[in-house]
Amino acid sequence: MPAEPILQVRDLVKHFPLTQGVLVKRQVGAVKAVDGVSFDLRRGETLGIVGESGCGKSTVAKLVTRLERPTSGTIHYKGADVAHATGRELKALRRDIQMVFQDPYTSLNPRMTVGDIVGEPFDIHPETAPRGERRRRVRELLDVVGLNPEHVNRYPHQFSGGQRQRIGIARGLALRPQIIVADEPVSALDVSVRAQVMNLMARLQEEFELSYVFIAHDLSVVRHISDRVAVMYLGKLVETGSDTEVYEHPTHPYTQALLSAVPVPDPGAAAARERIVLRGDVPSPADPPSGCRFRTRCTKAVERCAREEPVLAVPAGLAGEAGPVRHPSACHFAEERGPVGTL
Amino acid sequence: MTLLEVRDLHVEFSTRDGVARAVNGVTYGVEAGETLAVLGESGSGKSVTAQAVMGILDSPPGRITGGEILFEGRDLLRLPEEERRRLRGARMAMIFQDALSALNPVLSVGYQLAEMFRVHQKASRREAAEKAVELMDRVRIPSARARAGDYPHQFSGGMRQRIMIAMALALEPRLIIADEPTTALDVTVQAQVMELLADLQREYQMGLILITHDLGVVADVADRIAVMYAGHIVESAPVRELYGEPGHPYTKGLLDSVPRLDQKGRELDAIKGLPPNLLRVPPGCAFHPRCPMARGVCRRDAPPLQQIGAERSSACHFWKELLDAR
Repeated sequence: MPAEPILQVRDLVKHFPLTQGVLVKRQVGAVKAVDGVSFDLRRGETLGIVGESGCGKSTVAKLVTRLERPTSGTIHYKGADVAHATGRELKALRRDIQMVFQDPYTSLNPRMTVGDIVGEPFDIHPETAPRGERRRRVRELLDVVGLNPEHVNRYPHQFSGGQRQRIGIARGLALRPQIIVADEPVSALDVSVRAQVMNLMARLQEEFELSYVFIAHDLSVVRHISDRVAVMYLGKLVETGSDTEVYEHPTHPYTQALLSAVPVPDPGAAAARERIVLRGDVPSPADPPSGCRFRTRCTKAVERCAREEPVLAVPAGLAGEAGPVRHPSACHFAEERGPVGTL
Repeated sequence: MTLLEVRDLHVEFSTRDGVARAVNGVTYGVEAGETLAVLGESGSGKSVTAQAVMGILDSPPGRITGGEILFEGRDLLRLPEEERRRLRGARMAMIFQDALSALNPVLSVGYQLAEMFRVHQKASRREAAEKAVELMDRVRIPSARARAGDYPHQFSGGMRQRIMIAMALALEPRLIIADEPTTALDVTVQAQVMELLADLQREYQMGLILITHDLGVVADVADRIAVMYAGHIVESAPVRELYGEPGHPYTKGLLDSVPRLDQKGRELDAIKGLPPNLLRVPPGCAFHPRCPMARGVCRRDAPPLQQIGAERSSACHFWKELLDAR
């Protein structure tokens, strides 16, 4: 019995206008960064969103946290619509939905002490902690994320990358949010430190009953931490499912290619795997291909793919199947190729 | 004769806070047609070693304080700068991580490639331009002739990295050093570029040094791997042996700490602690504060890199225990 959804995203769209002219700006087009994305986040789970650069995954993160206003679509959280909230309502929603950023070097103010950085959410939302208690709360938070509480008066540059990311996580936790949206939280870290931060995030999730939206380009990292996975390509989700469904029984050709390209730190397995090397590069999101957006790089593409856009649903051909092959995939010719990357 | 042999190389950086020993006695070799991967985290000295080999170390603050770099039998550190400059590009070349900042933004890529032939081979303008197009073809850039006049920003990341590879290959060098060549690229493009690099290396029988932090990327392509930590090589072994039975606790820790696509678990065996500050490297074995096997001797004596098998070596006092434990 899956837990009830805490966040429901429906038909989320974000177009960034492209303008021309210096004095009189005319709109000449739009970058369709996110173009109709729908998903549910269930309570206590981690939803991983993977995709290559430019696929719109970071824009999704900014929309869910309302750092950007969506062009259209809805984001339902506890009966409120995050997409259209304003003023006091929006401020209250932001308390519950916090963000952890990718780059621990630029996302912390170099002129503020760690204590001030982690304590700033209490200044913005004074109702969450009485003034006298804040210092103690900040020390607690540092302790929770594995930093020395004695270091409250230090500045970000005195910490290593992994420690800075812990500071960013402590700040995200300060207001006891329900949801944390983490955009590439471990990508900038060294291998040995990355594992520490991932373990920390897994521990905090249990301790604070958090729901995560975990965005990354590294498929192995996403699999490790996620309960469910959504694969994104050029502003759209192409395949969603549990980690077993997507990783062991992928049916969308893009997911299959992506998985086959992931380097595995094992020379034997690497040699035995079948590699699907994709042709070319990702098309521009300002002018995406008609029909299926992946068709320009797809090995299965036929004329129908240019005409008819596949919807993200359980493919008709697989509807009769039982088991993990049966999950949403936006391809006219969705089928399993046999397990990829598992040998 | 070994193509490149680095022997007991030492490099220091003078900083405001003291002397950072970035490279402490690194020894490695590459044969023609062989791929050596140098694996390490940031600050391990992997890139600095490569810069010393290429002769592009920022000096000051960097300074080579000892060792030899033998390239085709000659010690590069004793050559006059003029002669080293002639070797760079012609006999040895480098591929950088960030192609956008390594290429000149105001010159077309065709011009930049042609420049190699004009400077080193005194080729005519037309001849050089022709060779540049050929080169772009060889690194599989679609419609090379039409794109030779384009500027670096007009290419995608993967295509730019191909141009970097073309530029390194231009004069058919014997040795190529690639410093994190695919780190800035997406996985699907990364696979294309690695495949290209491996194909070309086989074709030209070059020596290739692949510098990376990613254990996965090199598993397919490297023949041998040298693992660096805090300016030392801590383990060196043929690929299969290194991944199959690591002979140093740091290597083992790295392998255990990467999440794998084909294995799912809740907790990763992370290496505790942080990589050392090069201004204050711990005494004894530099890895001992983070090592699960550390004992008294590790805090006192730095373990030398010792032969532990036919083709492998490890710098751990307890390598035998580690191998036996498996």
